[in-house]
Amino acid sequence: MQDFIELFFNLDIMAQTLPLLLKGFWVTLQLCAVVIGLGLAGGLALAVAALSPSRWLRWSAIGFIDFFRALPPLVLLVFVFSGLPFAGLELSPFMAVVVAFLLNNSAYYAEVFRAGLRSVPGGQAEAARATGLSPTQTLASVVLPQAVRNVLPDLLSNTVEVVKLTSLASVVSLSELLYAANMARSVTYNSSPLVLAALIYLALLWPLVRLISRYQRGLAAH
Amino acid sequence: MRFLDTFFDGAVMARYLPDLISAIWVTLYLAVVIVAAGLALGLALACLRTLGSKWLNVPIIIFADLGRAIPPLVVILIFYFGLPGLGITLSGQLVIVLVLGAVLAAFAEEIFWAGLTSLSAGQWEAGRATGLTFGQTLFSIALPQAVRLAIPPLVNRALAITKMTALGSVIGVKEILAVSSSAQSFSGSATPLTMAALAYLAIFIPVVIASRLIERRFSWSI
Repeated sequence: MQDFIELFFNLDIMAQTLPLLLKGFWVTLQLCAVVIGLGLAGGLALAVAALSPSRWLRWSAIGFIDFFRALPPLVLLVFVFSGLPFAGLELSPFMAVVVAFLLNNSAYYAEVFRAGLRSVPGGQAEAARATGLSPTQTLASVVLPQAVRNVLPDLLSNTVEVVKLTSLASVVSLSELLYAANMARSVTYNSSPLVLAALIYLALLWPLVRLISRYQRGLAAH
Repeated sequence: MRFLDTFFDGAVMARYLPDLISAIWVTLYLAVVIVAAGLALGLALACLRTLGSKWLNVPIIIFADLGRAIPPLVVILIFYFGLPGLGITLSGQLVIVLVLGAVLAAFAEEIFWAGLTSLSAGQWEAGRATGLTFGQTLFSIALPQAVRLAIPPLVNRALAITKMTALGSVIGVKEILAVSSSAQSFSGSATPLTMAALAYLAIFIPVVIASRLIERRFSWSI
């Protein structure tokens, strides 16, 4: 038991490495802001394309979504980071993560948005168009707000996945939270920094995970 | 032409194909074990939760929340680098199976439980009123309906988690990504990474398409 605490919950080491981990956490937050924003935008665009009346557009959007849903995010990231330089395209770790996750997250967000958009009855859009709104206005002020409300739990749980996914950036040496914690582990020969990183992720995501469970239960009650 | 030589070099493909094929087997084997163990454990935990005992429910809920809120890569590193300090040395494969199996179990428990709670209380009451025991009501009335509701989200979740077997490359498991990454650095060509991407697509595109069909098949039920 003493060994266990010494190795995994060593408070001295945690206090010592906390500043380093907080620096990493700040990078994680920046990364999250960028990849969540881009993923939502890309996902919405793909979802609209996947529901378009043009068959060509619809099938290319669905092909794109399925392609990136089938590829593991880490494989995509390694390909972008170590494969593309062979084609003369060298990206910084941050940009490589952003590009890889934009492709991966858009595909996942697109599936959520698509389900949401389909859940809104067609009469809503027809009525909006009949009152003189443009197609863009119809989407932005009539269909989308209802669609988002219908799939809010899925949007939330996908966002939790995206935040957890940013830990993969440590593999390409981007100094985010997990990378910082693993560096601290190898310097101190002690796993407490990794446990501290887990606790930081937990503090950030536990409220969201609870909320998602509450939502699922709430849906069940209807 | 340079593009083809860089990413689709026939000679490099031929040289590394045998290694890649054995790596594909490792990935498939890990995926099967993780899905079987994760679903079985998740189902068992959801069933235990129906007993309504606080002593069981609190640890189950904590397990499910931790599994959903902490990035798997953090736990993988803790197990792989931390446990040897306690004299417990696990192989990379075993770490991947334990961690990803537990993460899938956490999600599966929540999904099965959401299915079970979505049944109206009348189902349980009717089962008990006709003289079935608690266990019979659970297994012949509640569970078959709950499992039906759970299938589409479970397929998506199992797909997402089996793709994470690529994380094994970080701790030296000889699965697809690890083998092709080292082939890439030995050969100085991006071709092995292309081969890895193609291998994953060959494995997971059918699963993605199957998940679409399953979603359509079960969509009436929600």
